[in-house]
Amino acid sequence: MNAQSSTVPEFGADAPASAPAATAPTRPLYWSIRREFWESRSIFIAPLAVAALVLLALLVSAVRLPQGVRLLEALDPARRDAIIAGAFGMAAFPITITTFLVAVFYCLGALHNERRDRSILFWKSLPVSDLVTVVSKASIPLVIIPIVTVVIIIATRLIMLLMGTAVVAANGLSLAPLWDHPPLLQLSLVPLYGVAVQTLWYAPIYGWLMLVSGWARRAPFLWAVIPPLALCLFEKIAFHTSYLTSMLENRLTGSDAAAFVDGGPNAVIYKLAQLDPAKFVATPGLWIGLAIAAVLFAAAVWLRRYRDPV
Amino acid sequence: MACIEARGLRKAYGTTMALDGVDLTVEEGRILGLIGPNGAGKSTALNAILGLTAYQGELKVLGRDPWTERDRLMRDVCFIADVAVLPRWIRVSQALDYVAGVHPRFDRTKAEGFLAKTSIRRSSRVRELSKGMVTQLHLALVMAIDARLLVLDEPTLGLDILFRKQFYDSLLNDYFDRSRTIIVTTHQVEEIQHILTDVAFIDRGRIVLDCSMEDFERRYLEVMVSPEHAAAARALGPIQERQVFGRPIMLFDSVQRDRLVPLGEVHTPSIADLFVAVMGEGAKSQGAAQ
Repeated sequence: MNAQSSTVPEFGADAPASAPAATAPTRPLYWSIRREFWESRSIFIAPLAVAALVLLALLVSAVRLPQGVRLLEALDPARRDAIIAGAFGMAAFPITITTFLVAVFYCLGALHNERRDRSILFWKSLPVSDLVTVVSKASIPLVIIPIVTVVIIIATRLIMLLMGTAVVAANGLSLAPLWDHPPLLQLSLVPLYGVAVQTLWYAPIYGWLMLVSGWARRAPFLWAVIPPLALCLFEKIAFHTSYLTSMLENRLTGSDAAAFVDGGPNAVIYKLAQLDPAKFVATPGLWIGLAIAAVLFAAAVWLRRYRDPV
Repeated sequence: MACIEARGLRKAYGTTMALDGVDLTVEEGRILGLIGPNGAGKSTALNAILGLTAYQGELKVLGRDPWTERDRLMRDVCFIADVAVLPRWIRVSQALDYVAGVHPRFDRTKAEGFLAKTSIRRSSRVRELSKGMVTQLHLALVMAIDARLLVLDEPTLGLDILFRKQFYDSLLNDYFDRSRTIIVTTHQVEEIQHILTDVAFIDRGRIVLDCSMEDFERRYLEVMVSPEHAAAARALGPIQERQVFGRPIMLFDSVQRDRLVPLGEVHTPSIADLFVAVMGEGAKSQGAAQ
């Protein structure tokens, strides 16, 4: 049939099958997560860009810093700490908002884009199970983006602290307001705890978005957002109640109240003592949310497994 | 053990039967052309074989149930759908990294070797490559996998003749080694006739013809009948008759060659002509065979 086949050794019918195919079971998972990095570079780029913008703005505003520090020195220490913590918190806020939006849009595309461009046929032609694929995609909002968020927040805050220290020292002012309470531990522990809490609290949101992403033929954003809003409206009109609305509101903004002492949606967290993991773990909403998330992610695996791909 | 064994394979989409009791056996080391008009069930049959779609009936691919064991089966099965399925955002080097990472039978050196013969750059993204280059890339990835079954669903759709020829040439010269099995569907039947060892026609979810090319050549003969013998030829019961340049061309099924030789020029028909004959006018009006 072809000239080269005579030079190719003839395999027995089952020879290739008995060849060793030893790979660690984590290898497909590792490479699937790397694949998500390649496809969704916004996971890193968006928060880095926002952090750079925040730092740039602070650098410009540093001309007013000496004056501000003089005012701070006149205040009592508790107020002072709160104001300084507020400044650092303000830097974290745009970064967490950005990474939350990145996670939302990541989830909406995670199981939708591959069906839209038919590349799912390529992915499914490789020996990677649907469970591994969905786990790798779920790990982006649940593990990778939180880690990225914490690292960028801490780095941003350290640079802020160094910038502030340099400006204050250069003007011959006292470093006491900045360094009175060793801020390093607080600067790193608060975002670590805050982001972990938020991620666990948002898990059912991510699960819902990913399920819709795997289910909707088009416009996953609309399918994810409009049905819950429609149900809220229905409840309001039909029963004059708003349990669903307050449930959704609590899911979106309630994590700080559940995890911090005196923590509300707009509260400033300035003391390590405000961290209250015991209260958070005892919050039923956390566990109900996680159970719902587990069901939603399992349904996403089921959909990718059993649905005709295109 | 046969590579593929299907018994009474059925698949319905609503009230349409995409597969209506398909029986098909493909032994290892064969190259099967699965030919059928649009909507005949080719892709559904391939999707069932690849574990992409649920079905009723019995189906074993390399001894496994593709629907329940897809990810395990894909270590031994490769699949090229058409040029559109490689993700457009991926870089050539990333595609190599990924397949090397997840596929235990992927030989990266081999893939790099195939790519070296093309003008594809490692740093290019798929969206920057031409259609022909994307197919070359996909083929390089697939040929570097030591698989036992390769499924090609319209692999050369939208490619020009040079790329199509090159595609099948490399497949034969660099890949096929008689221990592998290949299933291919295409509308350009005449271009692959010489590489096939088996051919199957599928129509409305049923296999209407299934034979090896040896049998095909033995069974079907086409005669360009001299006008004076036309009546005698018709008496032998051709399954199809058409006119070319005013001369009748008749297609015979299982008629002795020496009875046909006196009637005119005898040769093996093209698969496309037999396809038209077997499918009848209905197939022609659907515009499937060329």
